[in-house]
Amino acid sequence: MSAQRRWRNAGVAAIFLAPSLVTLLAFWIGPMIGTVWVSFQDWNLIGVPSFVGLDNYAELAKDADFHAALLHTLLYLAGYLPLVLILGLAVALLLNAKLPAMTLYRAMFFLPVVSSWVAISLLWKWLLNPAGGLVDKALGLVGIDGPGWWTDPTWAMPSVVLASVWKDVGFVAVILLAGLQAIPKDLLEAADLDGASAWRRLRSITLPLLSPSLFFVTVISLINGFQVFDQVWVMTGGGPGGASSVVVEQIVRYAFSYGRVGYASAMSIVLFAIILVVTVAQLRLQRRWVQYD
Amino acid sequence: MTRKILRYALLTLGAVAMIGPFLWMLATSLTGDAQMSNADAALLPDPVTTDPYARLASAFPFWRFAANSLGVAIVSTLLQLFTSATAAYAFSRLRFKGSNALFVLYLATMMIPMQVIIVPLFIEMRSLGLVDTYAGLLLPTAVSSFGVFMLRQAFMALPKELDEAAYVDGAGPFRVFWRVLLPLVGPALATFAVFAFMASWNAFLWPLVIAQTEAHTTLPVGLSLLLGRYGPAWNVVMAGSTASILPILVLYVFAQRYVVRGIAFTGMKG
Repeated sequence: MSAQRRWRNAGVAAIFLAPSLVTLLAFWIGPMIGTVWVSFQDWNLIGVPSFVGLDNYAELAKDADFHAALLHTLLYLAGYLPLVLILGLAVALLLNAKLPAMTLYRAMFFLPVVSSWVAISLLWKWLLNPAGGLVDKALGLVGIDGPGWWTDPTWAMPSVVLASVWKDVGFVAVILLAGLQAIPKDLLEAADLDGASAWRRLRSITLPLLSPSLFFVTVISLINGFQVFDQVWVMTGGGPGGASSVVVEQIVRYAFSYGRVGYASAMSIVLFAIILVVTVAQLRLQRRWVQYD
Repeated sequence: MTRKILRYALLTLGAVAMIGPFLWMLATSLTGDAQMSNADAALLPDPVTTDPYARLASAFPFWRFAANSLGVAIVSTLLQLFTSATAAYAFSRLRFKGSNALFVLYLATMMIPMQVIIVPLFIEMRSLGLVDTYAGLLLPTAVSSFGVFMLRQAFMALPKELDEAAYVDGAGPFRVFWRVLLPLVGPALATFAVFAFMASWNAFLWPLVIAQTEAHTTLPVGLSLLLGRYGPAWNVVMAGSTASILPILVLYVFAQRYVVRGIAFTGMKG
């Protein structure tokens, strides 16, 4: 390729890249760098920012509310992740059959996935309403006095977990189903002929071959889980009494209710660092259990 | 045979758990106020009434919010298609220095969550005078690294001979992009468009922060305010939820094949 043609190509590439690159730099990469800068400032958006070094981080280290929010985020993940993975896997295994109506069933499990978090959170807030909600009515029929759900500090986070698992189970199932359908049928048939039980086939063939999909969906769910916000904001507002307060909810509160943008940005950086470390750790650990062929 | 029955039984149980809440939402949205306030009343609406919907539309700028959501979702989708397709073409067909490094940079931005950059992004919009404007709502969503990645894969699946034949016929890179390649990646464009539209229609955090008056509020943010304003008027709240989900359900029913293909593609990425 001549030098002139290469130069021309670079010019053409610049034209084709400009729309996306300018937007990425201006509204994603720039603000990402900005978050670091703002996290070193004491700033209430009205006056001039003043550089305070690591003061915001030092304050975070001692902030009991922030620690509680971190803990609640981890508790959310501890409930959400195993449930959504196990139920998602179960649904995927059930859907993985050449039988009539499987597409219809898949579509039903996927309905909550395409709905908005806000609509789903409102729906579950109503379902789990201690005053006349359907779930407590159903529990009453079998003689159980239902808990106060999102109005009760102990039950607020489990309520959020329940709604989130219900919404995401179809997402996990469809990704795992794509992985299941890529597993060669003759492998499973051969094991069947050799007299391997269904459980044995699942453990020794299906799960190892499904591990890349399981890994992917675990990474995605963890990243999303750390950023949990919409359902908390709508269902509990972080309450009652801060019992279900999570990291992103604190970021929004400090930045846009209390006007402490430097402090909120320090929280953002801590959150980003946690997500990064957890994701990198998972990429490292995947060698132990993920099998690529 | 027993296995088959067990499979269908479990799937049906799961499907009821998925569909039941939606039906309950619909039933509540058709229940009148008198029945709502009577704890011993029947579960299903008796009589069926569209009163909650009427209240939703009259006491609440529902149509304004819906129009905002629709407009923003359409424009956001078109912008993302444009920025993603042009970048995907450059990355798959044009040779230039640093193209690999730049592509890695694009992929790396997929790791940046909106939640993390929300504060500086808001400050930036404030200094640009774009708080509470459509431009402010739209601009951060005008680009998608995921879209670039997805469409690049689609372009790379097309044989290079197509371009060369067009170049021999005297076409330039713009013509090749627009007339030769773009029409051939229709399914990938449709898949990505469905995703972009749904993401925009359902978006909550950024619209919550950037829209400050009813003039620019989108439906999810409006809905989240509905509960605060009407307190326990759950029939009105459920009417709002039902109305907000309906368009996306219609889109999903017609575009199911694209949605499922897109999700499967997401999985392949890993």
